[in-house]
Parts: sequence; C-alpha cells; structure tokens
Amino acid sequence: MTERRAQASVFDPAILSLPRVGRLHLGRWLSAALMLLALALVIKAFADGDIAWKVVGQFFTAPAILGGLVNTVIMTICAMALGITLGVVFAIMAMSPNLVMRGCAAFYIWFFRGTPLILQLLIWFNLALVFPTIGIPGLFSVRTIDVIGPFMATLLGLGINQGAYTAEVVRSGILSVDHGQTEAAKTIGMTRLTTLRRIVLPQAMRVIIPPVGNEVVSMVKLTSIASVIQFSEILRNAQTIYYANARVIELLIVAAGWYLIVVSILSLGQIALERHFAKGRAGAGARNG
Amino acid sequence: MAETALSAPMVKALSVTKRFGTLAALDDVSLEIAPGEVVCIVGPSGSGKSTLLRCINQLERIDAGAIWVDGELAGYRQDGGRLVELTDRDIARQRLASGMVFQRFNLFAHMTALQNVIEGPVTVLRQPKAAAIAEAEALLARVGLAEKRNAYPSELSGGQQQRVAIARALAMKPRLMLFDEPTSALDPELVGEVLAVMRDLAKSGMTMVVVTHELGFAREVADRVVFMDQGRLVEQGPPAQVLGAPEHQRTRDFIAAVLS
Ligand SMILES: Nc1ncnc2c1ncn2[C@@H]1O[C@H](COP(=O)(O)OP(=O)(O)OP(=O)(O)O)[C@@H](O)[C@H]1O
Ligand SMILES: [Mg+2]
Repeated sequence: MTERRAQASVFDPAILSLPRVGRLHLGRWLSAALMLLALALVIKAFADGDIAWKVVGQFFTAPAILGGLVNTVIMTICAMALGITLGVVFAIMAMSPNLVMRGCAAFYIWFFRGTPLILQLLIWFNLALVFPTIGIPGLFSVRTIDVIGPFMATLLGLGINQGAYTAEVVRSGILSVDHGQTEAAKTIGMTRLTTLRRIVLPQAMRVIIPPVGNEVVSMVKLTSIASVIQFSEILRNAQTIYYANARVIELLIVAAGWYLIVVSILSLGQIALERHFAKGRAGAGARNG
Repeated sequence: MAETALSAPMVKALSVTKRFGTLAALDDVSLEIAPGEVVCIVGPSGSGKSTLLRCINQLERIDAGAIWVDGELAGYRQDGGRLVELTDRDIARQRLASGMVFQRFNLFAHMTALQNVIEGPVTVLRQPKAAAIAEAEALLARVGLAEKRNAYPSELSGGQQQRVAIARALAMKPRLMLFDEPTSALDPELVGEVLAVMRDLAKSGMTMVVVTHELGFAREVADRVVFMDQGRLVEQGPPAQVLGAPEHQRTRDFIAAVLS
C-alpha cells in the first residue's frame, strides 16, 4: 500500500488540463454498417421486384379501399367500446362479495379466453342455425338472420372476446389502487359504486391504459379475420379487388400502409391518454417524453 | 364539560367485541363520549385503538355489542323485536356523522388539494360546485394551505397532506372527528403543524377521538384520556390522572416506555 501511495503523480492535478479523446466504438460502427447494407438490399429487392408502385398509388385512395378502411376503424371503435364496457362490468363482478356474480364473471372469462376467436365469430355468424328467432317471449321477437349480419356477428365476436381479456386487465388495475383510498372514500360517505367510479377506476386507469392501448392496436389488425364471415373491412376489400385485377402484392401493400397509418395515429393517442391519467403521480408526463 | 355530560352522548359503545379469527381485537369495550369532548386513546401497539375507531365509523363490523353515533344505532335498524342490518347506502349515510383522519393520510392521489376537499360535498352531498369551492378554500385557509389548493398530494409534505386530509373530513361537516395516529407517519419537525390544527379544532368545540402517542398533546388538549391494552379498556380519566398518576401497572409501564 505504502509503495503505491508514494507515486504522487497518480494525483497529479496537471491532468485536469489534458484534452480528452473518446474511444473508437469499432463494434458499433461495424454493426451499423452491416445493418444499413442489409436494409439497402431489401429496398433494392423491392425496387427491382415486380411491383407496380403506380398501382399501389392508384388504389391507395380507391373508394372500396377507403370504405373498407372506414369499416375497419368503426369496427375497432365499436368492438373496443363493447370490450371495455364488458371488461369493467365483469371485473367489478369478479370482485363482488356476491358469489353468483363472481361465478358468472369467472365463467365468462374462462369461456371466451378458452376458445379461438375465429370459432366464436363463426358461432355468432351462424347463430340463426340454433336460434331462428331471438327476443323476449311475449314482448318482441325478430328473425336472427335480420339482426346478426356480418357487422353484428363481428362486433359481438370481437367485443365479447375482448371483454374477457379486458376484465382481467381492469381487475389488476383496480387491485393496484391502495386500499386506503377506498377507506378514505367510505369515510366521506361514498357507496361502493361511487367509490369505484370516482376514486378507484380513475387511479386504476394508469395501470389499465398501457395494456388496453396495446389491445386497441391489436384490435385494428384483428378485425381482418372478420373477412372469413364476409365483413367488408379493408383487407377483404383489397382481396376482392385483387381477385379481379391480379395485383396481389400491390393491394396487400395498400392495406398494410393503411394499417400502419391507423396504428401510428392510435399510438400517439395512447401517449396523450397516459399523460392525462398519470396526473398526481411523481414524474407525471415524464415517460415517453 | 359538566354541562355537556347531561346531554345525549355523541358516541356510546356498549360491550363491543370485535374478533379477527380467534383474536379479540376489542373485548367487551364500553365507552361514552359527550358532545364537544376531546378524548385521547393511548395504549401499546395491537391494543385495539385503531379497531375501536374503525368500528365507530363502520369500517369494521362488530361481532357483539352495539354502538350509537350521534343518537343512531350504527349498522342496524330496530324492527319490532329484531335488529335488521342496514343497506350499503344507509351505512354510507351514517358515516357522514363522523370524519376520519388516517395515519397514512389517504388523500385521493389523482386529485389536487382543492379537489380532495370538494369531492365529498359535490359527489356525496350534491352541493353546487361553486359553493363547495368557496367553502373548501376557506377550509384550506383554516389549515394554513390556501396557496396549495392546486397541488397534488405527491407534491405536498406529509404534514401538508395531513392538514388537507383534515380539511377534507371537515368539509363534510361531521359531528365527530376520529383521528388515528395522525402524526405517527410524520417527520418530527412536521408534527407541530398538524397538532396545531387539531388544537384549534378542539377549541372550536368539535367532538374528537384521537388515537395518539403524543402524550404532551393529550395532556394539554384532552378532556379525558383512555388507556387500552389487549382489546380492553384498562382505565380512563382526566389526563393529569391517567398520565400523571395512573392506577394500573400496565398504564405506568406504557407511559414509562413512551416517555423513555
Ligand atoms: N384486518 C385485520 N385482520 C386481522 N387482524 C387484525 C386486523 N386489523 C387488526 N388486527 C389485529 O387486531 C389487533 C388490534 O389491532 P389495532 O390495529 O386496533 O391495534 P392498534 O392499537 O391500533 O395498534 P397500533 O398502535 O400498532 O396501530 C392487533 O392484534 C391486530 O393484529
Ligand atoms: Mg393503529
């Protein structure tokens, strides 16, 4: 120890005036170069490939495509709205002191998470085979075929399935809120449901929104499987067009472009929502920014 | 307090027992609190002090005995020869008689100080928002926090949060205030500001039940000190007597432990 300390030059204050040189990060340069090279090859492949970019541009705003886009967006909104509503209701039921309520919620989540979505869509679409008419006996009755067309079947299939997943998300959000908040709400005379609505759910949102945001993004793309029951969303309309003109890849690129645009806009919305519900938290708004 | 002793008690607990599993957190506790009286409850950890407060405002259900708050039987209504359990909504209404202040403040984290204070008046009492805001501002001024009205709880010190919590409880115009160790979670230099607010409140004639380890506060402000141990009410009386010349050995041991 003493020998080393004897080397006074170790602490030489003269080093403070020496210039500093960064190190060379060879690995980073190399990997970046390889990555760019790969990217260039992919772009070249697409440029040289037999893709009529003019056709892509031409169909990007074709009425059938835009109509499909509108249907996709409307279905996403409606199915998510139904899914979130059901999710909140079943999450509250799952936490109810009433055993029957808890049982129903558990069954719902078990059933709809346990079977494939496409199968559920087919069941809704073919419901008329089992129940030719639906309604409340004595009050009203309608032919199932008139009510449950492609739109309704898709909405029910996607929304109810989504609800089963969202219920779990909402439940974990509710559990994340400190029990002291509920007790404080009780002491100012709030009932259970008012407490949920005013105190617990707004705070649970912070935990609920990121996963639900992801699910909205998934939902945009999930609507495409409704093409199997003839719901005319964007992918199905693109297919209909390329069956006629054989421009398969061009129309798939058109659809892909629109999905990316919608998903990007939704992601921006999610960031804004997360900021909003982070209020009152230390470091509010700091994430993502 | 001689004149208040004649009127109906604000709180009357009769042979109250509360069990958690086999443990009797409250064991045959009877207690009366007169309107305007300030009662401090002291006792070792686990003696049932919090449980008693929580039974008074029905955060816990009692297993035996009865509690009346402001003249109403808590949790039940008498129907002929039976006691019928009240609904969620009726219990929520009964809770309006008392305000509660917690050790850990429990301010609504997603609301500013002002929003915390007006939440009850607007959502529960359905007061017009403008009137509720005016009253809340006065209450925040009373606890010395007028300028913090737009701060979120996470932006306030512990002492400030606790004072907002007191304002939030007072906004409901309770007849009775329950304090569960309101200063135990505070840094020593912040204890004084909360006790000062409570002292003022006591002077204004509020009925108060205060669980506390601040024996100085109890000695100065309390009309009566109650000592609890193992779910039982061991002794009670004027602060000078219970804290100065306790009858029971357990009380003496406790006071010696707190003062040391
Ligand atoms: N929810 C509960 N479940 C089980 N046991 C409980 C519960 N709440 C309180 N107890 C038990 O009841 C007894 C009394 O608890 P209580 O919180 O009333 O004590 P306390 O006098 O307030 O103590 P402290 O000074 O530590 O706050 C303790 O033994 C405690 O462990
Ligand atoms: Mg306690």
